[in-house]
Amino acid sequence: MQKRELNVAGLPSVVFGYRSLIWWGTMGMMMIEGTMFAITVSAYFFLRTRSSDWPPGLMPPRLTAGTINLIIFLVSVAPAVWTQKVAQRGDLKLTRIGLIVMSLFGAGNLIARVFEFPSLMSTWDANAYASITWMLLGLHTVHLATDWADTVVLSVLMFTDRIDGKRFMDSSENSDYWYFVVLTWIPIYLVIYWAPRWL
Amino acid sequence: MVTAFIFFVLGGILALVMRLQLAHPNGHVLGPDKYNEFFTMHGSNMMFLFAVPMMFEALAVYFVPLMVGARNIAFPRLNAYSYYMYLFGGIFLWVMFILNTGPDMGWFAYVPLSGPDFTPGKRADTWAQMITFTELSALCVAVEILVTVFKMRAPGMSLNRIPMFVWAQLVVAFSVIFAMPSIMLSSTMLILDRLVSTHFFNPAEGGDALLYQHLFWFFGHPEVYIIFLPGTGIVSTIVAAFSRRKDFGYTALVLSTVATGFIGFGVWVHHMFATGLPQLSLSFFTAASLMIVIPTGIQFFCWLTTLSTGRLFMRLPLLWVFGFFFVFLIGGLSGVMLASVPVDWQVHDTFFIVAHFHYVLIGGAVFPLFGAIYYWFPKITGRMLNERLGQVHFWLFFIGFNLTFFPMHMLGLGGMTRRVYTYPAELQWGNMNFIATIGAMLMGAGVLVFVIDFLISVKSGAIAGDNPWGAGTLEWATTSPPQPYNFLDLPTVGSREPLWEDPPDQPVVTGLREDVREVISTKALDADPDHRELLPVPTIWPFLASLATTFLFISSIFTPWGFVWGCIPLAITLIGWFWPTKREAAVKRELEKWEDAEARA
Repeated sequence: MQKRELNVAGLPSVVFGYRSLIWWGTMGMMMIEGTMFAITVSAYFFLRTRSSDWPPGLMPPRLTAGTINLIIFLVSVAPAVWTQKVAQRGDLKLTRIGLIVMSLFGAGNLIARVFEFPSLMSTWDANAYASITWMLLGLHTVHLATDWADTVVLSVLMFTDRIDGKRFMDSSENSDYWYFVVLTWIPIYLVIYWAPRWL
Repeated sequence: MVTAFIFFVLGGILALVMRLQLAHPNGHVLGPDKYNEFFTMHGSNMMFLFAVPMMFEALAVYFVPLMVGARNIAFPRLNAYSYYMYLFGGIFLWVMFILNTGPDMGWFAYVPLSGPDFTPGKRADTWAQMITFTELSALCVAVEILVTVFKMRAPGMSLNRIPMFVWAQLVVAFSVIFAMPSIMLSSTMLILDRLVSTHFFNPAEGGDALLYQHLFWFFGHPEVYIIFLPGTGIVSTIVAAFSRRKDFGYTALVLSTVATGFIGFGVWVHHMFATGLPQLSLSFFTAASLMIVIPTGIQFFCWLTTLSTGRLFMRLPLLWVFGFFFVFLIGGLSGVMLASVPVDWQVHDTFFIVAHFHYVLIGGAVFPLFGAIYYWFPKITGRMLNERLGQVHFWLFFIGFNLTFFPMHMLGLGGMTRRVYTYPAELQWGNMNFIATIGAMLMGAGVLVFVIDFLISVKSGAIAGDNPWGAGTLEWATTSPPQPYNFLDLPTVGSREPLWEDPPDQPVVTGLREDVREVISTKALDADPDHRELLPVPTIWPFLASLATTFLFISSIFTPWGFVWGCIPLAITLIGWFWPTKREAAVKRELEKWEDAEARA
C-alpha cells in the first residue's frame, strides 16, 4: 500500500530558545553543574556545623574583589540580553559587536577573579573551611573561564567565512549559559563572603 | 554493549576467584592484600564499568533513538566522546590493577581508610579518578538521552505514547544528572585531600568523614535505581510483547517509575544507620525506605495483570522476566527487613547484606538484561540466539545464583562479616561457603554457555527477520540489523504500540534531504513537527578530546600541575571539535531556513 506522507520540507532549520536541541543540551549541562554547586554549598554548611567558630581561626575574606566582580557580572547581563536579541534576528554585524563586548566583560571578570583568591585570607590547606571556600571559588572559576573561552572562540568564528544560522543559535545559547554563570555567582558570593560574617 | 559485557565477564572472574578462596576455611588462593584488591575491583568494576554503562548507557544509546523513531541520538559527537571516556577509564582501572595499584579499600572507598594517612601510594587515587572517567561519560549520555526523548521523537509520539523502556531511561537520565555530580565531587575532594592537603575529611582540621558518606550515598542510592529502572523498562517491554497485549496500567507504570526516581533521592541515609545519626533522621529514612516499596509494588501488580490477561507466548526473554520476579522479590523482601533500624544494626556489614544487594542488583538488572539480550539480539545482529542453549544458560544461572547467594543470608545471620579473606574452621561456616562456591561455578558455566551461544549465533543463527516476536514498538519497524540511518522512511505514530495499532497507511516523514544527515525535531509534549535539524558527520576530534581528557585525569593524580598543563591540549581539541569545516558550513547555509524567512527577505 502506498504510504501517506508528512512533508516537512517547509519547516525552518534555524530556531531559538526551547525549540532548539542545543538549548535543551545547555539546560541539561546547567542542571548537572547547578547540582554540583548546590551540593558544594551544602557541604559548606555541613562543615560549618562541625566548628564552633566560623571561619575557624581565620579572618573572613576581604570584600572588595568579590563585590567588584559581582557588579561586573550584574552589569554584563545587559549586553548578554542584547547579544541574544540581535543574534536571534540574525544580525551579523551587531552579533559580532555583542560577542566582543561579552568577551571583554568575561576578561574583566577573570581579572577581578585573580584578585579574589588572595582576598580569601587563607590557603586551601589551612583547614576544612579554607578548603571548601577555595573549592567554591575554584569551581565557579572553571565555569567562568570555560564560558569566556567559548565566547572568544565564537567571536573569532563570526569573523570567518564559516558562518551559518547555527552560529547565531550558538551565540544566543552563549548568553543563556552566561546567565547561568551570573546567577550561580550570586549565592556563591553570599556564601563565600557573607556567610563567614553572618554565621 | 560488548565493552560492558567484557567488563562483566572480567568482574565475574574476580568473583569466582574470591569464591574459591572462601570455599574452605583457611583458604590459600588469595592473601589478605590481594583479597582486598579483588573485592574492591569486583565491586567497582561491576557498578561503574558494567551496571551503569550497560543498563543505562549502552541500552539507552542503542534503543532509545530506535524506539522513538529517530535516525540517531542527539549530539552524536558527544556520544563518541563519552564512549571513549568510559573505555579509557575502564582500561585505566584494569591496567593499574595489573600493576598492583588497583584500589583495595572497598567499592565506596570510605575515608579515613582511603585518605592520605591510611592508603599511601596511588591505589585510592586510581579508584577516585576511575569515578571521574565513568561519571563524566554517564552524564554526557544522560544529556543526550534527555534531548533525544524530549525533542527527537517521531511525529505523533506524544508523552502518553512513549514506550515504557524509554520512560524508564528518561527517568534514569534525570537521576544520573542529579546524582552523579555528588560522587564526582566527593571523589574530587578525596583526590584533593590526598594530593594538595585539603581537609574536607580530616576531623583534626574541621573536616568530617561523615561528609564523605553523605556525598557518596546521595549518589549511591539513586545509583541503585539507575541500575534497576532500566530493568523495569525491559520487563514492561517484554511482558507486553509476550502477552500480546499493551501493558496494563500504563499511566500507573509511568508514574511509579517517576516516583521511584524521586524517592530514590530520599533514602540515602539508610546506608548510614550505623553511624550514630540522630533518632529523628533514622525514623525519617526508615519511613522513606519503606515507602519506596509502594511504586515497585504497583509495577509488579501491573505486570502480573498484563500477564494474566494476555495470551502468553513462552520464550526465553519471558523466562528471564519470570526469573527476575522470583529473585528480585526475595531481594526486595530482605530490603524491607533492612529498612528497619534494629535489623540493620544486627546484620550490618555481614554477608546478609551481600546476599541482599546481589538479589536486588542481579535480580533487578542482570536477569532483565539477559531477557533484553535474548529479546533484542535478533534486532542487533539479524539472527536468533539458540533456544535450547538459552534454556541451559537460564537454568544454570538461575540455580547457580540462588545456590550462591541464598546461603549468604544464613552466613550473615550466623555472624560472618563482609570482606573477610578467610575464616577458621571452628565457626562452621565451611559448608555454606562451599555451597555458595558451587553455585558461583554454575553461574560462571551459565555465562560460558551464553558466550558460546552468542559466538555461534552471531555467525550462523537462524535469520530473524524484521520482527521475529511480533512486537509492537518502533524498533521492530526497521530492518534487522538496522542500517546506520535506523529507518529508511522516518515513521510517524498514532498509538502506543504503533506496529499493532496504527493503520498500514500511517504517514511517513518526507521532505528531508537524504544526501546529508537531516532529521526532524518535534515539540516536547505532543511531538508535533517543529523544525529540521542537521546532525554532524563523524570526526576525529571527540577521540582526540577524550585522549586529552585522559591525559589530564591520569596526570593529575600524580601532580596538581597535570590539571594545569592538561587543560591546554583539552582546550585545543575542544576548539577543533567545535570549529566547522568549510564544507559543513556550506551545507548548513544551503539548507538554512529561518523562521520568518519571508519577512526577513
